[in-house]
Amino acid sequence: MKSDKLKFLVFCLVVFALPLPLSTGYLTNVLIFVGINSMLALGLNLLLGYAGQISLGQAAFFGLGAYGSGVLTTQYAFDPWLSMVLVALVVAGFAFAIGFPVLRLKGHYLAMATLGVGVIAHIAFNETVDLTGGPSGLSGIPNLSIGSFSFDSDLKNYYLVWSFALAVILLSLNLVNSRYGRALRAIHDSEVAARVMGVNARLMKVQVFTLSALISAIAGSLYCHVMTFISPTSFGFNISVELLTMVVIGGLGSVYGSILGALLLTLLPELLRTFQDYDIVVYGLLLVCMTIYLPGGMVRGIPALLRRLVPARSGNA
Amino acid sequence: MDLLNQITQFVISGLATGAIYALIGLSFAIIFNSTGIINFAQGEFVMLGGVMTIFALNVLKLPLLAAVVAAVLGTTAVGLAFERLAIRPLKNATPLSLIIITIGASILIRGVVMLLWGKDTQVLPPFSGNTPLEIAGATLLPQHLWIFGVTILVIVASRLFFHHTISGKAMRACSFNRKAANLVGISVGRMVLLSFVISSALGSLAGVIIAPLTMTAYDVGVMLGLKGFCAAIMGGMGSGLGTVLGGIILGTLESLGAGLISSGYKDAIAFLILLLILFLRPQGLFKKGETERV
Repeated sequence: MKSDKLKFLVFCLVVFALPLPLSTGYLTNVLIFVGINSMLALGLNLLLGYAGQISLGQAAFFGLGAYGSGVLTTQYAFDPWLSMVLVALVVAGFAFAIGFPVLRLKGHYLAMATLGVGVIAHIAFNETVDLTGGPSGLSGIPNLSIGSFSFDSDLKNYYLVWSFALAVILLSLNLVNSRYGRALRAIHDSEVAARVMGVNARLMKVQVFTLSALISAIAGSLYCHVMTFISPTSFGFNISVELLTMVVIGGLGSVYGSILGALLLTLLPELLRTFQDYDIVVYGLLLVCMTIYLPGGMVRGIPALLRRLVPARSGNA
Repeated sequence: MDLLNQITQFVISGLATGAIYALIGLSFAIIFNSTGIINFAQGEFVMLGGVMTIFALNVLKLPLLAAVVAAVLGTTAVGLAFERLAIRPLKNATPLSLIIITIGASILIRGVVMLLWGKDTQVLPPFSGNTPLEIAGATLLPQHLWIFGVTILVIVASRLFFHHTISGKAMRACSFNRKAANLVGISVGRMVLLSFVISSALGSLAGVIIAPLTMTAYDVGVMLGLKGFCAAIMGGMGSGLGTVLGGIILGTLESLGAGLISSGYKDAIAFLILLLILFLRPQGLFKKGETERV
């Protein structure tokens, strides 16, 4: 697996060097969100791409992470790093607890149940006005800092967020190529067969669900400290669907595919800003067309498409 | 006495929304039974019913009945196109891609409606005025009567259709066993198309009759669809009385919860019920469990 390590190193270098030629803060800012969305997409990819379990409630864990950190640091004067760890552990515990009943369900029922969790969390963010500020949001969240070094600029936040994102990428890559990852894929292909082979499918599904919730919660904590302001609209059903779109159009079960999906879907609304309301139509079209024409996502679909086009051209010539 | 009046009032409005959930639940069940698909775009059919009626009424200046017929037909056309363009090309798709494609379609429909008719909330006037009737100290709106009437009519009609016509029986045959249905000469493809037609018509009708009570906008479909799904799950995804009862129980509990506990958590109550049922009785409230074949 030497080429995998090389690929990862090259990717790290690109990530490190990317903001250097960018003079404007705007693009760096967009790239920060690419990093956060990559973490979320990778978390969902572990669950959906490897274990084959859909979740339409990822935004709930993202939101719990963001609101957990936001509320603890603004209202109870917790240390941001401490609150990040605490919140991540609590959210993971919560996901573990609901994971057992939720992941007993399959297919459409699983989709609906996770969606229900997402909707309930979104309503709670809106309604617990005393804690979260309700629909008008929560502001004045402090930046993260180490000693006297504060992450208060876009560039500093870029490196902060991407260090976390790279850690999640490394974790995903290692997990995927481990015994554990192979067992997950076995569950994806046939849960019954996996169980017959001695894989504890029920527990593993809950574990990977918990891991994806943990990653989402950390992404949420980072998001709230980078933005210093959060409101419930960032954690609604649309966000869960957007994450699903990222993973699907990137290519289910592909680590770099998820990042590509996150990159595209974060840049797309920025590019479409002049026709602001059209982005929802474009998302819908993308989802429908990708499922019909490129069911393997871009990382598999585009090379296959090229292979089909290139011999055809040489045949004509 | 005052509390009792209030409760009567909540039950009346709960029954009305429950009837709507029941209709939407039936429309879910019809597609599910013929294809095994849970159509995440079902709520958009409901939304289209209301929005298109308002359009036909205000812009095309049609009389109410014609506007309703036009809206139901228009939605049916969308349902038909949806089956042809998105569902049929994916013949042997996994449940996952079907979930994703119906979610994609729902976003697309919502987006197009938003572009065509804007983001504003729209109002459909009640079908026969707004003079409330007094019943046991609670008020009953004429629109409530419309909802109860249409719902009963639809339930009777669908019972007659599924049990006493050739097409209806053929559709039920497909839901029991597609291969066997195919072998006795039933065109399964046509039955799937028919199920989308009936389901979108039913969904849009529900959207039309609820619009005067709740108003409508491009984004009302999500919640209505999900609650209809909840009703269908409670009824065990059957297209019979179970779903109707499920809808009515859900509507009443939600209305009582919103009235007596907190209106902000109204939707959360519905989803808590959904989760509880999925966890405890995923086969529905009134059915026995089934074993899964591998």
